[in-house]
Amino acid sequence: MLINGIQIDDTFAEAFNMRGTRVIITAQNHKWAYNAANAMTGFATSVIGCGVEAGIEREMTADETPDGRPGVSILMFAMGSKVLMQQLETRMGQCILTCPTAAAFAGIESEDMISLGKHLRYFGDGFQTSKLIGGKRYWRIPVMDGEFLTEETTGMVRAIGGGNFLILATSQPAALAAAETAIEAMKQVPNVIMPFPGGVVRSGSKVGSKYKTMFASTNDAFCPTLKGVVNSELSPDIESVMEIVIDGLTFEDIAKSMKVGIEAICQLGEKSGIKRISAGNYGGKLGPHLFKLHDILKGSEL
Amino acid sequence: MSALTFAVKTSLQHSINCSALTPDALAGKTVSEISDIKLAHGKNALRVNDVFEVSGNDTEHIVFKNASSKLDYIGANMVSGSISVDGNAGAYLGFGMKSGDIHCLGNAAAFAACNMRGGLLTIDGNAGDFLGAGSEGSRKGMLGGMVLVKGNAGDRAGDQMRRGLILIEGNAGDYCGSRMIAGTIGVLGNLGAYAAFNMHRGTLLLKNRPQLHATMQDCGTHTLPFLSLLFKSFSTYDTRFNQYNAQRVQRFVGDAAYSGNGEILILSN
Repeated sequence: MLINGIQIDDTFAEAFNMRGTRVIITAQNHKWAYNAANAMTGFATSVIGCGVEAGIEREMTADETPDGRPGVSILMFAMGSKVLMQQLETRMGQCILTCPTAAAFAGIESEDMISLGKHLRYFGDGFQTSKLIGGKRYWRIPVMDGEFLTEETTGMVRAIGGGNFLILATSQPAALAAAETAIEAMKQVPNVIMPFPGGVVRSGSKVGSKYKTMFASTNDAFCPTLKGVVNSELSPDIESVMEIVIDGLTFEDIAKSMKVGIEAICQLGEKSGIKRISAGNYGGKLGPHLFKLHDILKGSEL
Repeated sequence: MSALTFAVKTSLQHSINCSALTPDALAGKTVSEISDIKLAHGKNALRVNDVFEVSGNDTEHIVFKNASSKLDYIGANMVSGSISVDGNAGAYLGFGMKSGDIHCLGNAAAFAACNMRGGLLTIDGNAGDFLGAGSEGSRKGMLGGMVLVKGNAGDRAGDQMRRGLILIEGNAGDYCGSRMIAGTIGVLGNLGAYAAFNMHRGTLLLKNRPQLHATMQDCGTHTLPFLSLLFKSFSTYDTRFNQYNAQRVQRFVGDAAYSGNGEILILSN
């Protein structure tokens, strides 16, 4: 497939089942809502080393949030419910409780409700107060700036992580500029996050390593400096590859996000230095969800 | 289908227990079956058609007409449907109700919303003493639900209240929120003496500052974010509390004589 001079490989991204949740963070203004949300979603790029993958989904206006203050919604994903619950509580305690004026609310309803402030309330040392408002339980915890308000629980849902595509370009600046264009477009799609720094990852990995202690290592087939020494996927004119990884609540959300991102890059045309769009997979044997690039761009997966 | 209507047709000497006349208890019954139901009346019992003119057939919507304070336990333990009281209601209006909707167009006698667990009870007139309290011997009062009083409430409103919301647009008598365990009571008018006496936890949200006893401690004036959620939750109800959305309050905590952590919040003008 060729779009605007850019080749779309006939391949697929391979994704995995995850557990996800959404939390709405509000504060006195967007500056402090972002301070809280950035802390909570920090060091959360990959479940391999961080436990969870998290990111800011979107900004919310004051009339969209439960308490009528400016806010942001964040999504958090983990490979299992236990890790997700543990990471959510830890990050709530260290990042939201500590952040001036911040409050936290459930962002998703589900049969599986997990602790948001349920255990954090004990920080109140007996001075915490519960309020049941509109069928939802909230906790008011006295803190030095006034009162920290948090909903007791938030919903946990089945989700998908690991949707991705690769941007192959003739130069590193060209690859990064295209990735940034894609990320800006993909940020408009609800129910997804791109958890890596700025939404972009430059160190794609393959399964396994020559070293016994490593279970993942650099994706040498897509490393431009190894073109001559490995069984490379890159043609001579490719000098840099960037990857965008997507976690989302449903298959359709991720597929839509990938379509929007790839189309944004294709609009730049081949003069931008972008030669190919590909995707990372493990042969289709590890992950239950396959995002076929051609099907997504034709719209048949949406 | 028209609402099942019980019109009082006789002058009652003393109170009659109406707890059998709820939507869930009458579901599937014919008018003649309903007319034969016996209601406790002192040490005797009266049939429904001895007291009421029965009409209509929609048991989900019940109306008491010509109602008086002699009709006790209206809507007791109801779990669904709606009851409208065209007149005054006797004691124990909405006793132990779990869900549904009761609307009293007149006054309600003592112990309205006693042991209430859920649903909505609206009293257009005044409520008697022990609104939302527990029944005799109970260590807990109201356990959930919402009570709207457009007029005044008597003494001991919310006594031992455990959960739920009582909004009083008029005044409340002495000992409002006494022995309160949790929940919220809002009062737009004035309070009598000894507000929050022996209060353990919970919130008294007041428009006017009452005379407070020495064991209620002033914690200063603050902006409390949870109040925006609370006021927003009032928006679906027909109440004057909808006019307020301030988060700025003076906070008193007590009752210190009981090592209490309850609070009185006075809305800032």
